[in-house]
Amino acid sequence: MLMKSKSPGEQIEQLLRDYCHALDEGQVDRWTGFFLDDAVYQITTRENIAANYPLGIINCQGRGMMEDRIKALQTANIFESHTYCHVTGPLDVREEFEGRHTVRSNFVVYRTMYTGQAELFASGKYLDVVDTSSGAALFAERIVVIDSRCIDTLLVYPL
Amino acid sequence: MHSAHTCPAVAPSIPSAKAQPPEDFRWPEGGVSRVPFQVFSDPAIYAMEQERIFRGPVWHYLCMELEVGKRGDIKTTWLGETPIIVTRDADGIVHAMINRCAHKGALVCLKDRDNRESLTCVYHAWNYGLDGRLKTVAFQNGLRGKGGMPEDFDPSRHRLEPLRVEVYCGMVFGTYSAETEPLHDFLGDSTRAFMERNMKHPLKILGVHSQMIHNNWKLYAENVRDSYHATLLHTFYTTFKVNRLDMDGGIVLSDKKWHHISYSKRATLQAAAEYKEANVHSAKFDSDLEGPELLKAWEGFDDGITHSIQTVFPTLVMQLTLNSLAVRFFVPRGVDKTELFWVFLGYETDTPEQEHMRVMQGNLTGAAGLVALEDGCINSFVQRGTATSPDRAAFIEMGGRVAESNESSRATEAAVRGFWHGYRNIMGF
Ligand code: FES
Ligand SMILES: [Fe+2]
Repeated sequence: MLMKSKSPGEQIEQLLRDYCHALDEGQVDRWTGFFLDDAVYQITTRENIAANYPLGIINCQGRGMMEDRIKALQTANIFESHTYCHVTGPLDVREEFEGRHTVRSNFVVYRTMYTGQAELFASGKYLDVVDTSSGAALFAERIVVIDSRCIDTLLVYPL
Repeated sequence: MHSAHTCPAVAPSIPSAKAQPPEDFRWPEGGVSRVPFQVFSDPAIYAMEQERIFRGPVWHYLCMELEVGKRGDIKTTWLGETPIIVTRDADGIVHAMINRCAHKGALVCLKDRDNRESLTCVYHAWNYGLDGRLKTVAFQNGLRGKGGMPEDFDPSRHRLEPLRVEVYCGMVFGTYSAETEPLHDFLGDSTRAFMERNMKHPLKILGVHSQMIHNNWKLYAENVRDSYHATLLHTFYTTFKVNRLDMDGGIVLSDKKWHHISYSKRATLQAAAEYKEANVHSAKFDSDLEGPELLKAWEGFDDGITHSIQTVFPTLVMQLTLNSLAVRFFVPRGVDKTELFWVFLGYETDTPEQEHMRVMQGNLTGAAGLVALEDGCINSFVQRGTATSPDRAAFIEMGGRVAESNESSRATEAAVRGFWHGYRNIMGF
């Protein structure tokens, strides 16, 4: 049987899918593995973007800062256990330059906390730059823009 | 733009004494070192607070002055549960008024921020000046001589209900009550001096968001005054030596005890054995950062203070955590819900590198703050733990039973007692 190697488009889809599934399965230590070493990961709001405010809710520059966050939530931070369920929309792969693709997709995340009920936690869009130059797709940048200005209770796990 | 001024035309609301405490309500023996759990979940007490504190003789933070920085700027906000409009008129004067049309009570401003020459209610198009005075009423004289307002209709007797306003240290404060003392006196000397240290600079906003926390507003007011919990609950604080009780620091209560400053000096850390003995869970976290850029900071002041939390009764907090400057204010959204707003700030004079450091340190606080995210859930643990036993009381004797400044230790609940001192005073409990 002939194995067809994946096109960049398929690699990108796979990356985005794996990312959500890892977080939804609670495999949070896999999270930084989806990023390049010098990748940027930010969570901000529509309001901050509109006002051109540089500071969102999370701002990680480089995988080191992302690893610190994961280590903190695993060993230091105190919060009630909860799970995420990501639902994402179709991808819009907009541009390609030297193996870097600009990708936009919409998402909603439901969160189940101590009440046992799944409740809508966040909606918004992923603005990604995905690098496929090495043959495997990784995030060079993931900007998570949430629609609401208001976070229910707290935000521990990345979106 | 740090001048203080008062809105000239104020029609003070007449304080009513409608809301009453539940008949069986008594503050327990022990004064401010006991807090009856009933105050966190009783709707009658909550209603009384709206009247005596939020509509009473107290100054309340409304917004940053730079959110109404230009003439015609409009910002909507809340005072207690009441929607408020803050404006800057053509003469540069800042006004605040209730967001409630004088006709039938509709909201007049719907947007968070805007810039206009006047305010028009969308319902029947009554039009107000930026000072809240009624300018025109649509079809006041009817059409073709028919309809319209009665002969004796006097637009000057209808307006958006104004608040008294004072602007101080880049923040707009408002009050309904004619009895509220001047802001200068309400704050007191120590509060003003420290506010000026941190805030009396040309400010700029770096980011905003809010958090819905599932607890009574007073639990957050207590929590920010609770220096005892800071290094016990917040492991990241301890591990990265951002703030620990074994640094030099102290608690300063304002003259009336209502407001407080908690400060620490990072360079003075002398690791205390008690941290090990108390089995503080931070010991489990090893302290190397993969991304040390997070804690890159500069000494902004020459007094050695590297971390401070300052409160102004009832719902304003100012923080300077390393260089992360932020204003937090919280709005009651019902007896067991509070919206906590974060306004992250820098100075106009910051270099790009300094601004970058403030942005990175923005990771420390807020809804996802590495040193502080616990506060989002901890108060709801208290809410859930206390709601079913309103007749019990909290035990607040750390550092003594009175509310007094302590410039040598923050292992004290003195500022929490200070809050309850103010609260009981104003509520008549
Ligand atoms: S309610 Fe505002 S004009 Fe009628
Ligand atoms: Fe805290």
